Amino acid sequence: MIRTIEEINARIKSGKVVVATAEEVVGLVREKGAAQAAKEVDVVTTGTFGPMCSSAAYINFRQSTPKIKCGGGRVTIDGVRGYAGFAAADVLIGCSALPDDDPRNAVYPGLFQFGGAHVIQKLVEGKKVKLEVRAYGTDCYPRREYTVELGLEDLNDAVLFDPRNAYQLYNVAVNLGEKTAYTYMGVLKPRLGNANFSTAGALSPLLNDPKLRTIGIGTRIFLAGAEGYVVWPGTQHVAKPQRDAKDLPLSPSATLALMGDLKQMDARYMRAASVTGYGVSLSVGLGVPIPVLDEQVMVHCAVADEDITYPIIDYGEAYPMGRSGNLGRVSMAELMSGHIEIDGKTVPTGCTTSRVYSRRIADELRQRILRGEFLLTRPVAALPGAELAY
Amino acid sequence: MAKKKVILSFPPRLIQEPVTNVLIRQFDLQITILRAQVRPRERGRMVVEMIGEKQNFDAAFKYLDEKGVQVDPVVQEMRYMPEKCVHCTACVAVCPTHALSVDPQTRELCFEPSKCIICESCIPACSYQAIESQF
Repeated sequence: MIRTIEEINARIKSGKVVVATAEEVVGLVREKGAAQAAKEVDVVTTGTFGPMCSSAAYINFRQSTPKIKCGGGRVTIDGVRGYAGFAAADVLIGCSALPDDDPRNAVYPGLFQFGGAHVIQKLVEGKKVKLEVRAYGTDCYPRREYTVELGLEDLNDAVLFDPRNAYQLYNVAVNLGEKTAYTYMGVLKPRLGNANFSTAGALSPLLNDPKLRTIGIGTRIFLAGAEGYVVWPGTQHVAKPQRDAKDLPLSPSATLALMGDLKQMDARYMRAASVTGYGVSLSVGLGVPIPVLDEQVMVHCAVADEDITYPIIDYGEAYPMGRSGNLGRVSMAELMSGHIEIDGKTVPTGCTTSRVYSRRIADELRQRILRGEFLLTRPVAALPGAELAY
Repeated sequence: MAKKKVILSFPPRLIQEPVTNVLIRQFDLQITILRAQVRPRERGRMVVEMIGEKQNFDAAFKYLDEKGVQVDPVVQEMRYMPEKCVHCTACVAVCPTHALSVDPQTRELCFEPSKCIICESCIPACSYQAIESQF
């Protein structure tokens, strides 16, 4: 071990810490080698920004007089249905929730102009939303109807909770079919008209720590401008994926469940997405700091866009029908060149993850660490399949 | 030889008339129709690229003016709003003319209006309503 987490935090507090982004260490390791780079850099910052449909917020509203119990009743926020299966004043709003009167895909392809993600974004922007509660009334909570305009400051609590974010590896989506496919990977034109990918590549949090040696339950993260935490493995987390020689996953792999205080979040790092023909999603900015505890951490952080390969999947038929099989693998560097070759055809590429924002987040996290505002944490438990380096 | 990309707006009474044919045969212009749209009771609109001699252009525009066809330059038809754009670049892959592209260094989205043919393919591809059509 080169340094401990306590030593890194002491260097952050004394203003001596050295932080590089995951893109910068690629060149550093090429130039000086991983051993030297690991000696020079204390922390590597990563970042990603893209639609993460498995995002939600739960809120606790201040009680009305007389009191009302939303649990078991019905709640909408700006017309979007919230989940009211909890106690008196707790409501969960999923980013993909829609107003009851949204035409959805009845007018195909649907526009999905407003949903849960827009409600969450409005709150973070400091705007008011309209909460409407219908309850059945009890002796202790006699009120049956309650309508109120409220903003983030009026809520007792507001928490972003994402059961599955930060996919380690994601598909490249194409369409082999005869008609345009409107998917969560974007608009896919027929007959290999385009190929869409969704990853921050060399900046991607979990690709810089592929074996999850430093990231675990309790890791403090940058979440949409706030301090957040990794709270659990994400749903569909795969503990033991197939890996290549550089430990990068070749099959579906790790995901993270994340939480953070919505009241501390910044609208610059969060954006509601209206995905044509698919639905509403929330683009969330995530940054994970990686402490350079040993040389192996730096070897992993040196992952370059040339190293990472993704499977190409047909979303015209294979994906919706649950058929396995991919059309080959392609590297991030090839995807970023603007076109790839599939079956001898040149296919233009588009991305749903913003590299610009991913860089901005990795840099913002670096600045916070350099200013002594963000300390690193030792995870309290490893994620399934991982062995912590601590 | 000059080259111009313009929008021709036809009042309903002209929709049956072979105006494009006249532009080609009488004024010796090479016309490429990039986009055409006719809606009931509304004016018809056509995005065309015209190539020809300068004096022929002048005569053709005079003819169009006399006929009552409105000629507008293609400038603000597609509005790109950088403040709404997150630079994900999902629009780039569906743009047939490379009017939308990615800067290889900064990875920022670049919009080059002169290459745009107003096909509107980018509009459903954008999840953030960062591109609007006024066509």
